[in-house]
Amino acid sequence: MGIENILLGFHVAITPYNLMVAVIGIALGTVIGVLPGLGGANGVAILLPLTFRMPPTSAIILLTSLYWGALFGGAITSVLFNIPGEPWSVATTFDGYPLARQGKGAQALTAAFTSSFVGALFATLLITLFAPLLANLALRFGPPEFFAIQMLTFSSFVGLGGSDPLKSIVSIALGFILAAVGLDIVTGQLRLTFGLTPLMTGFDFIVAVIGLFGIGEILLSVEEGLKFEGARTKLNARVVLETWKELGRYWRTFLRGCFIGFWMGFKPGGATPASFMSYAFARRASKHPENFGKGELEGVVAPETAAHAAGVAAMLPMITLGIPGSPTAAVMFGGLIIWGLQPGPMLFKEQPEFVWGLIASMYTGNLIGVLMVLAFVPFFAAILRIPFAILTPFIVVICAIGSYAVHNNMIDVWYMILFGVVGYVFKKLHYPLAPLVLALVLGDMAESALRQSLIMSQGSLLIFLRRPIAAAISLLALFFFVLPAINTWRRARPPRIAEVSGDSSA
Amino acid sequence: MRAADVATASFLMILGTVVLVEAIRLGFRWGPDGPQSGFFPFWLAVVVILHSAAILVRSLRKRSTEPFATRDQLYRVLTVAWPAAAMVLFTHFIGLYVAAALYLAFYMRLVGRHSWVATFGLSLAIPLATFVVFEKWFLVPLPKGPLEAWLGY
Repeated sequence: MGIENILLGFHVAITPYNLMVAVIGIALGTVIGVLPGLGGANGVAILLPLTFRMPPTSAIILLTSLYWGALFGGAITSVLFNIPGEPWSVATTFDGYPLARQGKGAQALTAAFTSSFVGALFATLLITLFAPLLANLALRFGPPEFFAIQMLTFSSFVGLGGSDPLKSIVSIALGFILAAVGLDIVTGQLRLTFGLTPLMTGFDFIVAVIGLFGIGEILLSVEEGLKFEGARTKLNARVVLETWKELGRYWRTFLRGCFIGFWMGFKPGGATPASFMSYAFARRASKHPENFGKGELEGVVAPETAAHAAGVAAMLPMITLGIPGSPTAAVMFGGLIIWGLQPGPMLFKEQPEFVWGLIASMYTGNLIGVLMVLAFVPFFAAILRIPFAILTPFIVVICAIGSYAVHNNMIDVWYMILFGVVGYVFKKLHYPLAPLVLALVLGDMAESALRQSLIMSQGSLLIFLRRPIAAAISLLALFFFVLPAINTWRRARPPRIAEVSGDSSA
Repeated sequence: MRAADVATASFLMILGTVVLVEAIRLGFRWGPDGPQSGFFPFWLAVVVILHSAAILVRSLRKRSTEPFATRDQLYRVLTVAWPAAAMVLFTHFIGLYVAAALYLAFYMRLVGRHSWVATFGLSLAIPLATFVVFEKWFLVPLPKGPLEAWLGY
């Protein structure tokens, strides 16, 4: 443990090829983050087939860089166009857009990018320190512990996700049902295929992600008939340096945002509540809370720091426990399996260059990212000035190509359209999509963990309470599952801030 | 909004029932070597049916005048959705590149009312660029039709 691991990581991440991959990833990711209908999750999903022939470490660097880029891109649209590209950018628009309209767009963007960088850096540092410890602990986990952790993952969507709890549970169960379609990996029986050949291979979650998030999002944005009218901005070195000087005063806000973001972020669906929480705390602690919402730089710093810390923290459970914390992490998790790696604690033992290369690339990727977006903001903002009638069909075509390329199969493109319509309807009716996707990805693993546990105990569910670690996690999961019921019982529920934002889609 | 909520919840209940029937057919109890194939789907179906029923009852008791989508909104959604489905259908016969070109041209001209020059230029350039990136750089073959065959690909 210690310094030699991270040095090994940097040795991998700083090769010219991997640096080039990171630059490409960030550039593409920022474009994806700016474009409506293409967020982190489906951007990564569409590019996944292109990485099949790459070395796994470069492939994961490309995909994670894409993710960082998408996070930065979301800040551009929030500040300049008042369009939160992702749910956790909603809080950034509160003060970012007013600042841009006062002609301080450059300051707001500098603050947003810098906070993102600080949040990401902090979370990466914590991952560097804690990931090996957590992985070591997880090595001792058996099927009951893994199933308990999976339940904790899903229970936090129900208890803390902010969406309608009933609809969250239905989404989770639907995701698991979709995952069960096809071959039962334990007994080898065909399930839920109803004699139809196309159903025998089951539903691929990559296609589901592209359909639900890509096509669904596009349908939603054309429905609103979006016209992008953005504030223009010039970003130069002088403004950046001046803003940095001013940002030093907000170190408390930075620190708070980092901790809130990391704490919320390694649990699923955490980025959105983290950004709102950080914003609320910053306003409460401020000497001028009345300025919040009218263009206070601190109001940009708080949510951006927390959102990025959370976005990076979502990678922690994926590499240590083998459980993705967000839909984007879920797609990368699927990538790991396709590249022939087993996500989870064994990675640290068997693939040290991969894990540490990935962790080191979080440092390099975010550093490259913040410099690139600072330098090329006008270029990225110009993308949103492309007429909508060109962007829309273009994005649909890209989504179709991405779905086809997963298995070179046209049926997947039809599934994409189907998932697109489902995504549109579900989003309008506030069924959260993130838990559905996570359940679809984890379905087989969760089911075999459950069945193995039950075989160990000869059918008794008490096994989840007899083993100390499993018991602690199961009880916490149970608590989150029933939390909404307790809340309803205690009082007529007042509206929660997280409900404004719907579910998190990266 | 209420009608759509009711319809979706009802649909999910039917879906849950279908899964339940299948799970019972597969067997959802304890087999000779552990839980049978239908065990996990059975309980998932139960969860879906019960919770959808709760959503159904709740939305039936709520009053709402807000429509799921206005006529205009639905029209805009359908101008994207139907041609997209048509593009996927055409891909089976004429390949993805030509179908994408037609889709781009259709949308740009009829919805965006762009000039014919822009329409033609872009709906040729985008599939061409896609061809170079996917077939040449990344060696990912996409569906091709008679045009590509005629050109020797």
